[in-house]
Amino acid sequence: MKRFTALYFELDETTRTSEKIAALGRYFREAPPLDAAWAIFIVSGRKIGKAVSSRLLRQWAAEASGYPDWLVDQCYRVVGDLSETISLLVPTVADTNAPSLHEIVEERVRPLGSITQDSQREVILGTWSQLNTDERLVFHKLLSGNFRVGVSKQLLIRALAEVADVSSAVMAHRLAGQWMPDETTMDRLLARHDPAAVADSGTPYPFMLAHALHDGTSSLGAIADWLIEWKWDGIRAQLIRRAGQITLWSRGDEVVSGAFPEIIQAASALPEGTVLDGEIVAWNDETSKPEPFIRLQRRLNRQTVEMTFWPEVPVTFIAFDALEIDGADVRDRSLVERRAMLETSFPTTSTLRKSTPLHYETWDEVLHIMEEARSRGVEGIMLKRLASPYQPGRPTGLWWKLKVEPYTMDAVMIAAEPGRGRRAGLLTDYTFGVWDNGSLVPITKAYSGLTDVEIVEIDRFARRHTTGRHGPVHTIEPLMVFEIGFEAIQLSPRHKSGIALRFPQILRIRKDKKPAEADRLETMQELLRSMGY
Amino acid sequence: MNTLKYFSHPKFAMPNIFPTMPNQSLIIETDRGLFCPAGDFYIDAWKSVPRNIVTHAHSDHARRGSDRYLTASDGVNILRHRMGRDAVIDPIPYGQIIELNGVRVSLHPAGHVLGSSQIRIESAGEIWVISGDYKRQADPTCRAFEPVRCHTLITECTFGLPIFRWIDSSVVAADINAWWAGNQAVGRTSILLAYSLGKAQRVLAGLDANLGPILLHGAVHAITEAYRGSGIELPPAGYASVENAKLHRGKAMVIAPPSAMNSTWARKFAPFSSGVASGWMQVRGFRRRRGADRGFVLSDHVDFPALLETIEQTEADHIIATHGYTDALVKLMRERGKQSSALQTRFGGDEEESEETVETPVVEGEA
Ligand SMILES: [Zn+2]
Ligand SMILES: [Zn+2]
Repeated sequence: MKRFTALYFELDETTRTSEKIAALGRYFREAPPLDAAWAIFIVSGRKIGKAVSSRLLRQWAAEASGYPDWLVDQCYRVVGDLSETISLLVPTVADTNAPSLHEIVEERVRPLGSITQDSQREVILGTWSQLNTDERLVFHKLLSGNFRVGVSKQLLIRALAEVADVSSAVMAHRLAGQWMPDETTMDRLLARHDPAAVADSGTPYPFMLAHALHDGTSSLGAIADWLIEWKWDGIRAQLIRRAGQITLWSRGDEVVSGAFPEIIQAASALPEGTVLDGEIVAWNDETSKPEPFIRLQRRLNRQTVEMTFWPEVPVTFIAFDALEIDGADVRDRSLVERRAMLETSFPTTSTLRKSTPLHYETWDEVLHIMEEARSRGVEGIMLKRLASPYQPGRPTGLWWKLKVEPYTMDAVMIAAEPGRGRRAGLLTDYTFGVWDNGSLVPITKAYSGLTDVEIVEIDRFARRHTTGRHGPVHTIEPLMVFEIGFEAIQLSPRHKSGIALRFPQILRIRKDKKPAEADRLETMQELLRSMGY
Repeated sequence: MNTLKYFSHPKFAMPNIFPTMPNQSLIIETDRGLFCPAGDFYIDAWKSVPRNIVTHAHSDHARRGSDRYLTASDGVNILRHRMGRDAVIDPIPYGQIIELNGVRVSLHPAGHVLGSSQIRIESAGEIWVISGDYKRQADPTCRAFEPVRCHTLITECTFGLPIFRWIDSSVVAADINAWWAGNQAVGRTSILLAYSLGKAQRVLAGLDANLGPILLHGAVHAITEAYRGSGIELPPAGYASVENAKLHRGKAMVIAPPSAMNSTWARKFAPFSSGVASGWMQVRGFRRRRGADRGFVLSDHVDFPALLETIEQTEADHIIATHGYTDALVKLMRERGKQSSALQTRFGGDEEESEETVETPVVEGEA
């Protein structure tokens, strides 16, 4: 537990990717194999057990520390993180000798779900007495069932790939699927590279990504050198058919085959040795248009999808590139050649389509059709150099994306509550309202998009203008106007306003606007109607 | 001592607008600061007053402009540094009793910074102690806190919540030295941010000078000289000049006040790693918001267990809380059967706005 705690704090306290990878690498090389296997399991976000009620933890912390409940609560309000609060409150016994990570997980955390409350209390108080403050914090993070430490799956894969000296794709494949940590896990994960084994597997190629085009089209040269297509609003994925097996990989290095059985079924029409790059999109056959992304998300949230569930959210795979044809890696060929191979690789069906290139003579026309993007249900436009090979990562000058500007509204801050983690103690989670018959109705919450300086400024403002409190939520005098951007709007009976916004983001503080000048609910309802709701 | 008589001379006393009454509080709040009506003097006044007893030289306690100051002998050099050459400062050794208008006043070590005092006030058998800022941890740069028995204790509670529990200062010093060595190994200069009066010298005292050169920011340098002038032994340290920055790049430990990081000052030390020494570093949220690479939990204020222990040792049955999480302490004291109330400080109620985060040194110069 000592070593894993040190790793947790190293990862938690740096934002430098190189330092995170170094810390992970050190840990995987040095930790006992069973501990390392559990660490991978936990850091990759897999659930290790049922969360223990935070109410009980708080109660036991009060008991162990000898302080009244209200004082524990006040500490929690200052710290902003219950795991941390409790770790700071519980008395530390001198010279603790912490059990190992796998003991903590296997013998303390995992059994908690199946024992009585009294036994839970015994296990937790007993473990507290064996750990120091920092180790207790990590223990609580394990208990919370929500272990986040600022390491993305890709980062973990990179770190492990470096230790094992294999490519990220191979490591991603080794980590995928269902597995439980045991003595052999690390041997399997860190095995030397075996090319034969990889050829058989459903290993994807590293994805090629686009840069956002900010500087206009003038630097791009002749339009004839470019392939233009819609930027689909879905899940980027590679569809792989090799050795009789079909695998669907998302860009997050995750196998998502289980969530999209109809695509897997349709892909049986692909010839052996085919790898296609494309986008999984929710599709409406009646309008021949993509559906909002949120409908797709519902599918993703299920591990496996029942066949009967299909028609509710029909999906399609729109292929836009071919990476492997007849078992041969064609990524070095030009985009023109690859597109030609794509066209002949399979017959289009309703579940398996090809992205159709758009043809324009001038850049002006391209910018002009951007205006149609929203009504067509796409995110924008992709520009791909016809001569470009398929390169991993985000090479410059080859692929560009042009995204539609988000919708915007002006709304008034009406409530605020403290953030967590990095923003603990500051009021950072705001609720915004728009006018409806002379009063402000909550329309959305938003917190991203501000600088640290602005966050501190708003925190000061909100504290000065708090008119009431309900638990952690401060009601704020409606004085401050914000411009909020959002990417989509939809009906939502669950919200008081009847409206839900997708990806709301604070664009800026509108100091020039008075609260009375903020938008009205009516305007939002009109927007909703214009979207066909 | 002549000066002391001078300080207590009636000619310099304000007309006593608070005639002695039975049950009159020994200390009251006024818009100029804490005031002792019977003795006709102020404590840590924040406006100009005729007679001002100063617990210590931090800017939220010692303000310029009073006619006369009284402070512990150990702290005279530093107070002079902050109040200016012309300030009239009367020194008094710890423990010596003086009479002001018949009120017996003495200063006692508070262990906060060099020359910091608690103030004991006795009148008609009633004893009050104003703690000033204090800590109970070992600190080689100042005299250790001594508990003083009293009826009423006015105590600070900057860190008055049970989440604040300090670990041994020697462990923190070892962590700082290890961090320094680690930075040297990768060719980074270490910049340690510490309040320029007190914390900086305490950090300096814990550094292992064998590791490499130690450089001080201008604000820290001036006060460190005042410490040395008061007989405090500290490791040798140079000035954080451009030449020294260049000469000792990747090897030096630089001690600077927190405000230095907001200026272009730090750039000349690049590449560097930054650390902050403060009690707030106990909490990750505060640590992250400071944006430094490392946080070291080191405070010159009392932590919660020591605060409760101190209250016990003074045997006071009336506890007045000031500076920090006053509400919590008052509520806890009342639950434990003591009389208790809170005193407003001039800094509003925001727990973060203590001197440890709001850095306002008087001497602040680009070095
Ligand atoms: Zn102080
Ligand atoms: Zn203070």
